[in-house]
Amino acid sequence: MIRYLFGRVAFGALILLTLSMFVFFLFFVAPGDPARMVAGDKATETQLIQIRTNLGLDRPIHEQYLSFLGKAVTGDLGFSYRNQQPVAKLIFNRLPATLSLVVGGVLVWLAVGIPIGIMSARHPGGVRDRLGQGFILIGLSFPTFVLGMMSLYLFYFLPRQSGFMLFPAGGFKPFLPNPAIWAWHLVLPWTTLALTTAAVYARLTRGQMLEVMGEDYIRTARAKGLSERKVVWKHGMRATLTPLATQLGADIALLLGGAIVIEQVYGLQGVGALAVQAVANQDRPIIIGVVLLGGLFIVVANIIVDIAYVLLDPRVR
Amino acid sequence: MAVLEARHLSVDIPTEDGVIHAVRDVSFALEAGELFGIAGESGSGKSVLTQAILGLLPNATVTGEVLFEGRNLLGLKPAELQSIRGSRIGMIFQDPMSSLHPYYTVGSQITEMIHAHEKVDKAVARRRAVDLLARVGISEADRRFDSFPHQFSGGMRQRVMIAMALILNPPLVIADEPTTALDVTVQAQIVALLDEMRRERGTTVVMITHDLGLLSSIADHVMVMYAGRRMELGPSAPLFAAPAHPYTAGLLASSPANYEAGAELVPIPGRPPSLLETPRGCVFAPRCASALPRCTTEAPPLRVFSDGLQSLCWLEGPPADAAASVAAIAKAPAADEIVVKAEGVRLTYGGGSLFNPGAGFEVLKGIDLELHRGETLGLVGESGCGKSTFARVLAGLIPMTHGKVSLLGRDLGSLDGRAWQAMRREVQLVFQNPFGALNPRRRVGAIIGDPYRIHGLAGGAERKREVQRLMELVGLNPEHYNRFPSEFSGGQRQRIGIARALALNPSLIIYDEPVSALDVSIQAQVLNLMRSLQRDLDLTYLFISHDLAVVRHVCDRIAVMQAGQIVELAEAETLYRAPQHPYTRTLLAASVTTPPRHSAAGRTLVSSNVVEAA
Ligand SMILES: Nc1ncnc2c1ncn2[C@@H]1O[C@H](COP(=O)(O)OP(=O)(O)O)[C@@H](O)[C@H]1O
Ligand code: SF4
Ligand SMILES: [Mg+2]
Repeated sequence: MIRYLFGRVAFGALILLTLSMFVFFLFFVAPGDPARMVAGDKATETQLIQIRTNLGLDRPIHEQYLSFLGKAVTGDLGFSYRNQQPVAKLIFNRLPATLSLVVGGVLVWLAVGIPIGIMSARHPGGVRDRLGQGFILIGLSFPTFVLGMMSLYLFYFLPRQSGFMLFPAGGFKPFLPNPAIWAWHLVLPWTTLALTTAAVYARLTRGQMLEVMGEDYIRTARAKGLSERKVVWKHGMRATLTPLATQLGADIALLLGGAIVIEQVYGLQGVGALAVQAVANQDRPIIIGVVLLGGLFIVVANIIVDIAYVLLDPRVR
Repeated sequence: MAVLEARHLSVDIPTEDGVIHAVRDVSFALEAGELFGIAGESGSGKSVLTQAILGLLPNATVTGEVLFEGRNLLGLKPAELQSIRGSRIGMIFQDPMSSLHPYYTVGSQITEMIHAHEKVDKAVARRRAVDLLARVGISEADRRFDSFPHQFSGGMRQRVMIAMALILNPPLVIADEPTTALDVTVQAQIVALLDEMRRERGTTVVMITHDLGLLSSIADHVMVMYAGRRMELGPSAPLFAAPAHPYTAGLLASSPANYEAGAELVPIPGRPPSLLETPRGCVFAPRCASALPRCTTEAPPLRVFSDGLQSLCWLEGPPADAAASVAAIAKAPAADEIVVKAEGVRLTYGGGSLFNPGAGFEVLKGIDLELHRGETLGLVGESGCGKSTFARVLAGLIPMTHGKVSLLGRDLGSLDGRAWQAMRREVQLVFQNPFGALNPRRRVGAIIGDPYRIHGLAGGAERKREVQRLMELVGLNPEHYNRFPSEFSGGQRQRIGIARALALNPSLIIYDEPVSALDVSIQAQVLNLMRSLQRDLDLTYLFISHDLAVVRHVCDRIAVMQAGQIVELAEAETLYRAPQHPYTRTLLAASVTTPPRHSAAGRTLVSSNVVEAA
């Protein structure tokens, strides 16, 4: 187990290293002069040279990379070309909004998707199954962006016109001092973010559950005289959820992509919005920082999922 | 008094193709403390019947009555039925691999059942489970309590299933093919255990099995089912000695357990009918050797005989003894020519790698074997002893670590690439699982034609002609050339495998458990086919099996393998009459045979009731 864990962590580190190299060199070869971005259009040639030296842009590329890497592992991601603020701090300030969005989104997605899938699978072909299937179809057929616009219109704009505020149009409020306000502002972003993936998970859960309920050990559980509730929620669930846990790891990346869109739609000042601005401004240190952070998030999430899988499935222990 | 009585039980299962009439009008009663056997080919409705009794078939429509402890089980509310399941009626299922939950410890799966029915302390439940686990032969039960099913062998899992069924000491236990998936020696242990527990506790046991030899040795009463109907019912002794129903007689004649030296097995021709429609006359008529003209048009009556046998059949006397009508066929003696010779073959898995030299697991520990042209050599032993590995070494599919194999006098190790390719044709393998070994998406013609394709022989129309000749040879309809494997039954798929093996005229065919997955009636068809092909084409066979009865039936010589070594090698009859090695004796003792057939002298027809068409 320890060895396995160690292997996973080492592999994750390797992935991050490769990623950092990739983005770093990608942006190095990209056209555009960073010094000019820092200094603005009116800078003189001497000023530019000065800035290049300050940024270390005159050194060979591998040296630049190594110094970047050395600082990055201590949490120093350099300075924004635009406003000279430390990248780490810029990102850190944006983290609460994005984390709130993503973590809440995952919870909503699981809390909606899995029960709907189970409900569907419990009575295949019945009314509840058809409702569930309807949900799956709707969730799968709308892109996140369209869903966001629609829910803004339905749950913000329309109520607003009749003079009352059902949900705010967006904007992020910190968790403290009032978590209720925080959550109220995030309800629409959460549901929008989670709906599509919830549909995917409902479908996965339904299929998995149907298969599991046909297994011999489910028959054994019934033959033992367990109540149907226990058969489904203990024996059935256990075997249904384990494979889903692995799927979860793979879908985290999808979620981050979704988060960028949602932050735009609802005007949340999160990391995604920061990244979008940085791309528009060609502010390379910020882009590199955000990409690395995203990579770190995915790697860590996958390690957690791997550990969960080992804990859940005794056969791979 | 009857512990359980089923009256006119019928089970219909709706499917996409229509309603399957899986059980039709079946009645029986269990005496307290008896062992009641249910036999019949697979698909005859044995499992459906017993599962329907406990309401374990969610979609099925079950009609009739099942009386248990004064109540009709079919009319109970779910909660009442739950309180009976497990605590009053215990169940043991066929496949111990899939019947235990993979994510829970075996111990918790047992105590869960205690907690479902009794208010007891966790520690008390654990102690009870550990005690019983030890009782059913799990060593170090206290530690093993916390193991997961995948850490147990098949036999141990089946012991766990038995412990689970017995933990609440139910008066009735239903065991659905409890030993089918296990090795013979383990089978014998499991059956002995069940028998012991039942005597100790006075439990009534229903045992479903297609092993007739086994039933004849332990059952008090036996019910034979076919296509969902109760064909015959009666006390074990007369039923096996002189069955009243032609189907029972047919099963016995096709069972290799019912051995007479040199005799051909007598298969029941054809295969079980579709359960979607109900024929007007007798369901067995298309396969029955004793069929009368009226059999196809009128539903047979229930005949009751003086010795207690009840038979659903038009015959008033015993059926023709099919076995007696087939003459023993003399087999040509094997020639002196040596086809394959293995000398000191050793094989080690896993070891010798860069990182852990010498830490390997030795599977084959020096095997010497010779096969002569035209003979069948049996290789028997428990699963895991290295039989299949040895077969793969002979076929050149995996390299051996030490030793020498020569084929037709040429050392395989010394061959260059092309000669090696040519030699590869000379050895063909036929596998156990007729379902897994064939690619479901390829047509049968293409599958059988594979060897020609691989070796670049016969193309186009010529290949098709060759393939159809082979299909004819193994008893398949050549017109089915374009069908997919799923459209064939288990026995037919095994014929496909044999046809493919025959394609290139090999010197040696290795059969790896070729009939283990088949019903006795179908087994007999395939075994007979193998024998007649050998006779006509002068083939040499290596026949791997764990079933001694089958091996004895088809083999000239038998090699007994234990843990990677051949511990005894002798002529088949010699080995059976005078086994030398203790392990051979254990194997022989574990395989049971049916009692000899008698005439039905003294049996008279007591009554005859016309059964209403179901
Ligand atoms: N759950 C099910 N759904 C549809 N058909 C079934 C189901 N279970 C069994 N059957 C069918 O019922 C018939 C009897 O099967 P079964 O009782 O398993 O036979 P046996 O136990 O004698 O081998 C078979 O034709 C089988 O295909
Ligand atoms: S009724 Fe006729 S066909 Fe059916 S088993 Fe008896 S003799 Fe054979
Ligand atoms: Mg069965």
